Amino acid sequence: MSKIYIGGVGLNRVGRHFKKDIVDLAYEVSLEAINEAGIEPDAVIISNSLGNVLQKQNNLAQYISSSIGLRGKTAYHVEAGDGSGGAAIHIAYTLLKAKIASSVLVVGVEKMTDYPSHVTHTALSQLLNYEYEAYYGATLSGIAALIMRYYMKKYEVSRDAVSEWPVLMHYNASKNPYAQIRKTITKENVKESQIIADPLTLFDISPIGDGAAAVLLVGEDYEHQLEEKPEVFLDTVVHHAYELELTLREDLAALPTVRETVDLALKKANLRIQDIDVIELHDSFTITGLLILEEAGLAERGRAAYLLSDGRFRHGDKPEVNLSGGLKARGNPIGATGVYQVAEVAMQLRGAFPGLQSNSPEIGLVINMSGIGSSVSSIVIRKR
Amino acid sequence: MVWKLSPVSVWRHRIPRYRLIGKECKKCGKHHYPPKLACPYCGSRDLKNIELPRSGIIETYTVIYEVGEEFRHKAPVVIGLVKLDDGTRVIAPITDVAEDELEIGLRVEATFRRIRDGDHFGVIGYGLSFRPIRTNVSKTSS
Amino acid sequence: MKSVGIVGWGAYIPLYRIAVDEIAKMWGIDPFLAKALGMYEKAVGGLDEDAVTIGVEAAMNALQRAKIKPDSIGAVFFGTESKPYAVKPSATIVAEVLGITPNTMASDLEFACRAASEGLRAAFALVESGQIDYGLVIGADTAQANPGDVLELTASSGGAAFIVGPSSESVAILEGVFTFITDTPDFWRREGVPYPFHGEGFTGDPAYFHHIIGAVEGLMKKLGLSPNDFDYAIFHQPNGKFPLVVGKRLGFSREKIIPSLVTPYAGNTYNGSALLGFARVLENVAKPGDRILVAPFGSGAGSDAFSFIVTDKLEERKKLAPTVDDYLSNKKIISYSEYARMRQLIKIVR
Ligand SMILES: [Zn+2]
Repeated sequence: MSKIYIGGVGLNRVGRHFKKDIVDLAYEVSLEAINEAGIEPDAVIISNSLGNVLQKQNNLAQYISSSIGLRGKTAYHVEAGDGSGGAAIHIAYTLLKAKIASSVLVVGVEKMTDYPSHVTHTALSQLLNYEYEAYYGATLSGIAALIMRYYMKKYEVSRDAVSEWPVLMHYNASKNPYAQIRKTITKENVKESQIIADPLTLFDISPIGDGAAAVLLVGEDYEHQLEEKPEVFLDTVVHHAYELELTLREDLAALPTVRETVDLALKKANLRIQDIDVIELHDSFTITGLLILEEAGLAERGRAAYLLSDGRFRHGDKPEVNLSGGLKARGNPIGATGVYQVAEVAMQLRGAFPGLQSNSPEIGLVINMSGIGSSVSSIVIRKR
Repeated sequence: MVWKLSPVSVWRHRIPRYRLIGKECKKCGKHHYPPKLACPYCGSRDLKNIELPRSGIIETYTVIYEVGEEFRHKAPVVIGLVKLDDGTRVIAPITDVAEDELEIGLRVEATFRRIRDGDHFGVIGYGLSFRPIRTNVSKTSS
Repeated sequence: MKSVGIVGWGAYIPLYRIAVDEIAKMWGIDPFLAKALGMYEKAVGGLDEDAVTIGVEAAMNALQRAKIKPDSIGAVFFGTESKPYAVKPSATIVAEVLGITPNTMASDLEFACRAASEGLRAAFALVESGQIDYGLVIGADTAQANPGDVLELTASSGGAAFIVGPSSESVAILEGVFTFITDTPDFWRREGVPYPFHGEGFTGDPAYFHHIIGAVEGLMKKLGLSPNDFDYAIFHQPNGKFPLVVGKRLGFSREKIIPSLVTPYAGNTYNGSALLGFARVLENVAKPGDRILVAPFGSGAGSDAFSFIVTDKLEERKKLAPTVDDYLSNKKIISYSEYARMRQLIKIVR
C-alpha cells in the first residue's frame, strides 16, 4: 500500500482575529504548509462549519482557494460540524490513496468572533438536530450538560474530580504558543466560574475563537518531488457518521461512535491503544474529554477523572493526551479543529512542537468528533 | 424583516410536535423520537407512526444560561431529557418549574406551550414542554 | 327544555399569581381600591403561555370529561381578546393539537369578554339543528392592561372550555337562552394598540349592569322563571364585587353567587371569567335537578343569559380532570418584576 505523507503544516494561534477575515486566516496557514512542503497542491479541501451562517458565504472552497492563489484546482468544502477537519482529512486521504490527486492541501478555518456570543451559540446549536433539539432552545453546551449531569450521577463522580480535565488542559496550553488560552487554572476556578449550562461552567467548555490550520498531504509516488522527505505519514483514517440526537443513544454516558472508530483504526493499523504515544482528542467539553478517554480504552467507564488525578495522561506519561491543551484551552475553531489536531500530532512526531514536546514519539492518534458524537474520525499518524 | 422561523417548516413538523407522534419499529418493536425513516436501533425501514405517552421522568436536565439569541428573553432555559413511560426519550423544555425543584427522576407530563416567539412579524412556533406532575392538576394521573 | 347541553367542561389557570397589593404598591394605587374590588390575587401566564396554549389545556380537560373522540367534534369556537395572531385563527391550532382537524368548523370570535359566550350559543344551535354532533367552545385570555391602570389589578390569564352535545349525554341541559346587546363603547382596544382603554365608571351602569340585567330579565320572562327558581347564578366577574351587586339588583341572594367566584383569587380571565365560574359551580356544588343561571358579559356591549338543568351525569365527570379549585390551589406567588417579565411588559429588543 502506498503511504500518504504529511509534507507541510501551518497553524494560527486560536483567538480573536478581528482584523482578519476567513480568507486571511486560511491564507496564512496555507502558505506555511505550502512553503514547508515546497510544493503547490493539486487539490484543496476547505474544512469549515459555520461560514454560511456567520459569514453568510457559500461557495467557500472556490472562494477561498481562488483568493489565495490556488485557481483551477480541484476544490471541495467539507462540513461536519467540529468534526469537519477529520472528515476533510479523510477525503484528502482517499483522493491520494486512489491516486486521483498527487498532493492535497487541507485547510481548516473558522471565524467565530464576528458577532456577539449568543449569535455564535445559535450557530453552534445548528450542530444539533435543529427541528427537534435546537428548536426548543437546546444548545450544544446544553446537550453536553445533560450528558455530564447523567455521567456524574451514574458513576458518582464529583465536580472536583471532573475538574481535573480543564486544569490539565490549561496547564498544557500554557506552554503552547498556538493556544487561545495560556493561563493555568485551579479546580476552584472551574467550580466558581460562570455557569454556561448547569452543571457546565465556563471552564468546562471550549472557548469561542477564530483559527486556521493547514496540512499538505502528498502521495508516496510524488514524495520525491519534495525538497525534504517527510518524516510522518497518515497510517489509517477512519470516519463514520451516526445520528445527531442524544435521545436516540442507548447509554447517555457513552460515545459508542468513538469506541467503534478507534477500535477499527487501531485494527487496521495493527496496533493496540497501549502502543500509542501521543493523542489529540476532541475535548469540546470536559465531559467529552473524559468520555473519549474511556471509549478509547484508556480508562474504565466512570474512572477517567480519577486516572487524571493519579497523574495519568500528562506530559511524560504514555500516552500523552492533548499536549496542545486540547479544544478546552488550545481552542475549538469548529471547522478547523480536526486539522489542528492532525498538524499538532505531526509536529509531535517530528519533534518540532513548540509547546510541551513528547519525548521521541513514534505513533500518534487523533480523535476528532462532531457535536456530541454524530461523526468521529480516528486517525493514526506514524513516523516513517 | 428577518424570517426567524419558516412558516412552512413549522407547518410540516406540527403533528409530531403537537401530538408527540414518534415511530415504532415493526422489526425490533422499539419506539423512537424524533421520527426517523429508519430505526436508529436495528436499521429497519419498516416503521409506523405511534402516539407516545405524555408522561415520564427526567433522566437528566440542564439549566442553560448561555442561550441562543432567540431565547434571551426566556433565559435561563431549562432543558430536560425526558424518558417517557414507554422508554422513548425526548428533549424538551421543562416549564413551570423552579430550579430547586429539578432533580433526576422527577415525574413530568407534556404541556402544549409557545416554544418559539420568532420575531414580531413572523410565525409563532408551538410545541410540547414538560412540567412537573403536581398531583391535583395533572392530566395524566387523574 | 332543549335537546342539547354541556357534555364536558375543563378549566385551566396558570401556575403563577401576583398579589393585587403588589401591583397597587408598584403604581401608587390606594390599596383600599384593591380591597373594594374584592380582589386578592390574579393569575399570570408564564413566558411560554398565551391564549392558545391556555385554550388547549382547558380543552384537553373538557375532552377528558366528555369522553368523546376528538374527531367527532364538528365546530371549534375560540373566544378571546388576546389572540396571539391578529390574523390567523387560534381555533385551528387548538383543533390540530387535539386531533379535531380537518373536518370541523373553526373560528375565533371577538366580543371582548363575551365572545366565547356567543360561541356557546352558536354551538348549541349547530348541535340542536343536527348540523354537528359536538361543538367545542373555548374562552381563554392573557388579558392585557396598561401598567398602572386600575384594570391591571384584575386583568389575568386563564380559560375554560365546554363541549356541547346532545342532552342525552349532558351534565347540564340547556333550558333557554336570551341575548341583549347594544352599541356601548365602555371598553375597547384599537387595532395595533397593546392595551385596552375604558370609560371607568361608564363600564358599570350603562354597560355591565344594563346588559346583564337586560339578558337575565329577558330570559326569566321568556321561561316564566324568577330568581327563586335558580339554585345558582353565575355572572361575568370583572372583579369580586360586580357579580354580587348585579345579583342583588336582580334579586339573587349572595349564597347563589358566591360559589362561582373565581376572580378574587385568579383575576378576571375575560373570556374565561364567567365560564370558569360555571365550571366551579358544576364541580363544587351543583346537584342533579339544580337550575343554573349563567350570564357572561362583554364590553361593547352585550350579555347572554343561559339557563341549565343539571343531570345525574355530573358526578362521574367531575373527577375526570382537574377542577377550578385544583388550579386555584396550585400556585406560585411571583413579584411584580417576574410578572412584568412573563407578560412582556418589559420589551427587550430582539
Ligand atoms: Zn428496530
